[in-house]
Amino acid sequence: MTVESTAARKPRRSSGAGTKRASAKKTPATAADEPQLVQLLTPEGERVTHPDYEIDLSADELRGLYRDMVLTRRFDAEATSLQRQGELGLWASLLGQEAAQIGSGRALRDDDYVFPTYREHGVAWCRGVDPTNLLGMFRGVNHGGWDPNSNNFHLYTIVIGSQTLHATGYAMGVAKDGADSAVIAYFGDGASSQGDVAESFTFSAVYNAPVVFFCQNNQWAISEPTEKQMRVPLYQRAQGFGFPGVRVDGNDVLACLAVTKAALERARSGQGPMLIEAFTYRMGAHTTSDDPTKYRADEEREAWEAKDPILRVRTYLEKQGLAEPAFFEELEAESEALGKRVREAVRSMPDPDTMAIFENVYADGHALVDEERAQFAAYQASFAEEGK
Amino acid sequence: MAVKKLPIAKAINESLRTALENDPKVLIMGEDVGKLGGVFRVTDGLFKDFGEGRVIDTPLAESGIVGTAIGLALRGYRPVVEIQFDGFVFPAYDQIVTQLAKMHARSLGKIKLPVVIRIPYGGGIGAVEHHSESPEALFAHVAGLKIVSPSNASDAYWMMQQAIQGDDPVIFFEPKRRYWDKGEVDTDAIPAPLHKARVAREGTDLTLAAYGPMVKVCVEAAAAAAEEGKSVEVVDLRSMSPIDFDAIQTSVEKTRRLVVVHEAPVFYGAGAEIAARITERCFYHLEAPVLRVGGYHAPYPPARLEEEYLPGLDRVLDAVDRSLAY
Repeated sequence: MTVESTAARKPRRSSGAGTKRASAKKTPATAADEPQLVQLLTPEGERVTHPDYEIDLSADELRGLYRDMVLTRRFDAEATSLQRQGELGLWASLLGQEAAQIGSGRALRDDDYVFPTYREHGVAWCRGVDPTNLLGMFRGVNHGGWDPNSNNFHLYTIVIGSQTLHATGYAMGVAKDGADSAVIAYFGDGASSQGDVAESFTFSAVYNAPVVFFCQNNQWAISEPTEKQMRVPLYQRAQGFGFPGVRVDGNDVLACLAVTKAALERARSGQGPMLIEAFTYRMGAHTTSDDPTKYRADEEREAWEAKDPILRVRTYLEKQGLAEPAFFEELEAESEALGKRVREAVRSMPDPDTMAIFENVYADGHALVDEERAQFAAYQASFAEEGK
Repeated sequence: MAVKKLPIAKAINESLRTALENDPKVLIMGEDVGKLGGVFRVTDGLFKDFGEGRVIDTPLAESGIVGTAIGLALRGYRPVVEIQFDGFVFPAYDQIVTQLAKMHARSLGKIKLPVVIRIPYGGGIGAVEHHSESPEALFAHVAGLKIVSPSNASDAYWMMQQAIQGDDPVIFFEPKRRYWDKGEVDTDAIPAPLHKARVAREGTDLTLAAYGPMVKVCVEAAAAAAEEGKSVEVVDLRSMSPIDFDAIQTSVEKTRRLVVVHEAPVFYGAGAEIAARITERCFYHLEAPVLRVGGYHAPYPPARLEEEYLPGLDRVLDAVDRSLAY
């Protein structure tokens, strides 16, 4: 074992807040700067209060959030398996980020608009996008298989950070229309280094656009830790652009819901953008093509496992007597049914028609595309004639 | 009939004004397009008459301008974006290529992005570096974009109308050194389709194909050649994506010789594409290989050298002579 890997295997402190910063630079000034996480439900399943953010949910709603997270995780696990079985070319797992996505996703109104990265499977679930529709692009049958306007859920964006500008422009349009909808842009800690993200902060601030920037800081941009992206806590960046930023426990679905609701309300009421840093952890690999054992220690993952977003809600529901054993049993059955449905849907997903290559390149057509389509069709047809 | 004699810049200005009047979803966006009216005054007076809600001075960030224009288009707006100079478009290249061009296909046709990106382009104005480039081939190579460039005031007016009305993203290259060239604009006319070429001057011995700022040079070259008894036809392509190959073919089948002229570097330029396609289409008609006149494989030179760098009358006539010598 090398010296570096020994150092890396030191377990992180469990509180999460400012952990990396503290371990990177232990000066008193830094310790004083350590941000507090907004937390409403501890990893042990204890309800706590926060002076700025509170939320009052019925037992039904609490069980609903739990159900969303369990089903999302089940779907995600199924997709990972399907990739391993060769049914998907790639999968970007959200494992560990269920609370950040369900909490923020359930804060949205129907008329709000979502601009996701490629990992927002939990948000898609909240928007009513059928999970099987997410898998077309990972199977390679399309580049996005849902109608963004049906669920106000834009297509997954693969180039890092680009969608934050689309969200900002969309929000500028919402404001022009005089509507009171809000827009939410998802991105990650790695994306925060992109110029487009900085430009989206600038534009949204200048035009006071009703957009919420929801950054899931899952600590890793493929193999690069947050220290390679920033030297201040991420949420503090907002300040320099003239709008507030807040760090929330990204594994606490209640805190994510409360903070996102507040930020959306703020945007709706004309107070402009806000940055939410959901402090969480990517429990799995970046995608199925990645191998995290090459760059991070098991202990780090284990420390985050103790802060699991789903387990703490279950503990709370059980301790408070808010869910009967039957609820968990039924949910287990529902999960398995979802897994089965997804599996079958993927396996029976047809390849697109070959001529789809030439479809939708332009809205109003293009002479060259027409010409090449005709040439290709004739070429294909020549084999059919030979076969006769 | 409303026929006016307008410089190209003013024709575009009138066209933008008409678009703003006709469709409340049309927006003008860019750096200094508001009170100043743009560095070339193409948007002059629009801010005053339509307000900051429609004519938007943006932060100085090209990727942000195009990226937010995409978002506005997703919301149902039709942004007309100004990139201040050709050499400043590259911060936005990612948004244009990976997002703007591909969104319609990616969404299986569910999303349309009617965004027009205006770019004053080309040299000849004695400018500093990055103010005189012709990057159209870099965009024409990208499926999903339409690329056009008017050469005269009437086309400037009508092609802008059509670009804004269409549902595809259009890069509208404006020949900046011709901004002040006047021409008649009939705002009641029925315009030719946006992507159709136009015969700017008829001839029988050789075809010159050009677009944007080089059309004027080619027409002048044809007039000079006529004095020497050579009948040169000039085809104004108007559109670089798609290219009206039928029109070039028709001309070349008549003249049997083709020279393509553009300011952009010849290497991998529009001329290469046209030469290849016309050779395929007109192989048995051609009396000479298709020749190209254009910029060199070197950075655009300092202004004191641009007269030598840019294809002028003599270089075009030299190519005409070389072609006719076969």
